[in-house]
Amino acid sequence: MRTATAPFTLRRARTLDAALKILREEPGTVPLAGCTDVYVALEFGGTPGSRYLDLTRLSALKRITTSGEKLVIGALATYTELQKSRFVRARLPMLVEAARLVGGVQIQNMGTVGGNLANGSPAGDTLPVFAVADADVVLAGPDGERRVPFNAFYTGYRKSVRRPDELIVAVEVPPVIGKQWFRKVGTRAAQAISKVVFAGVRGLETRLALGSVAPTVVRLPNTEMVLNGGGSIDEALRALADEIQPIDDLRSTAAYRRGVAANLVRQFWSATA
Amino acid sequence: MKFTLNGAPRELDAHPLKRLLDVLREDCGLTGTKEGCGEGECGACTVLVDGEPVVSCLMPCAQAEGCDVITIEGLAGNHPLQLAMMREVGAQCGICTPGVILAARGLVEAARRPTLERVREALAGNLCRCTGYEAIHRAVLSAHAELHGPSAKSAAPVPAEEAGA
Repeated sequence: MRTATAPFTLRRARTLDAALKILREEPGTVPLAGCTDVYVALEFGGTPGSRYLDLTRLSALKRITTSGEKLVIGALATYTELQKSRFVRARLPMLVEAARLVGGVQIQNMGTVGGNLANGSPAGDTLPVFAVADADVVLAGPDGERRVPFNAFYTGYRKSVRRPDELIVAVEVPPVIGKQWFRKVGTRAAQAISKVVFAGVRGLETRLALGSVAPTVVRLPNTEMVLNGGGSIDEALRALADEIQPIDDLRSTAAYRRGVAANLVRQFWSATA
Repeated sequence: MKFTLNGAPRELDAHPLKRLLDVLREDCGLTGTKEGCGEGECGACTVLVDGEPVVSCLMPCAQAEGCDVITIEGLAGNHPLQLAMMREVGAQCGICTPGVILAARGLVEAARRPTLERVREALAGNLCRCTGYEAIHRAVLSAHAELHGPSAKSAAPVPAEEAGA
C-alpha cells in the first residue's frame, strides 16, 4: 500500500452509542465498514484520515427488515445480503440487480449499503435505485436520529448533509408501485465502475434517475414531467439532454455518456411498456 | 489479534489497520496468497473469512479478529478442485490460481451441480490473463463431478429477478 498506515489508529466500537461518542470526541475520525473504497484510496496514496473507527461489530446495523409499509435496510447490510434478502427480492428487485453488478462476489461480500451512500460517488450503483424509490436516509447523531430524503442527501460532488458526528444507520424505502428497471453500463459485466447507471420505475408516476452524468446521482424531473404528462419518448429525451451534465474522465467521455443515457431511458420506456 | 488460520488458533501482534494480505504473507509466512492489483479488482488475494470469499488486500486485519480464515495453504494440495485445475490445465502463470480455487471452493463442495453461468458469476471477481477462463470453468465443473458424481442434481435455475437484463 502506498500510504503507510502504521501511524494511524483504529478504534472498534461494540455499540452504536460508543461509535457516536468516538465520532463526537475525536473529530476527523473516518468510519470503516467494508473498506472497499477507503482501502483503495490508501492503496493509491490517499489519506482519508489518520483516525479510523471500525463499525463491523455493530451487528444490529446489518439487519434488513420491514417496519409497517417500509423496507428498512441496515447500513451494514452487504451487497450479498441484499441479494439474499426475501424482503429486498420481493419489494425492490432493482436493488437486487444493482447489488449483483457491484464488483465480483468478494466485493459483494464486503461492501455495504451505508458505505455506498457515505462514499457518495456519482457512480455508486445502488444510488439511482434509492433516488427513484424516494428512500429516506436515517442518520444517527448526538441528538438522536433524523431522516433525510435521499433526494436531498447530496449537496454536491461527494458532499452530503451528513455531519461528521453522524453515522448513516439505515435506508428506509417506501413501497414502490410500478415496474422497476435497472441497468448499469460499464467496460465489463463485473468489476467495472459504471460509465452510466440508470434506475427507473414505471407506474402511475414514472420516476427516473441516472448516475455518472452529473456531480451527484440525479433524478430527472423534467424528463419525468414530459413522460408523466403523456409526451412522447422523443420529447422526453430532448428534456433529458438539458438536465444532465456528464463529463469526460478516465472511464468515458461526456458525448458517450449522453448517448448512453438517452439509450437507457428509451430502452426503459419500451421494456416497461 | 486472535483468529483461526487454516483450522488452527493463531495469535499475533500486528497493527490493526495492516492489510490481512500482509499479515498472512509477512507475519504468518503464508505466501500462497498473492497480491495482484492491491485495489480489489483482480481477486488474486482472495481468502475465505468465515467461509466467504473476500479480497484480503482491502481488509484491515482487525476485521478478521475472531474469524475463521482459510488460505490456499489450508487446502491439502489434493482437494478435488486443485487436482482438476492440474488435470484441465486451469493454471499457467499461477498468480490467480490460489484466489480462483478459494473463490470456487464453495461451488465445488455444494451438493448441487453448478451451471456454467453460476461458475462464471462466482469467478467474475477473479481475473486471469493466461487461460482465457475456459479451462478454469472446466476444472470447477470437473471437480464437482469428481466429488459428487456426474449425476449430481443440478442447481435450480437462477430466478428471474436474479438472472438480469
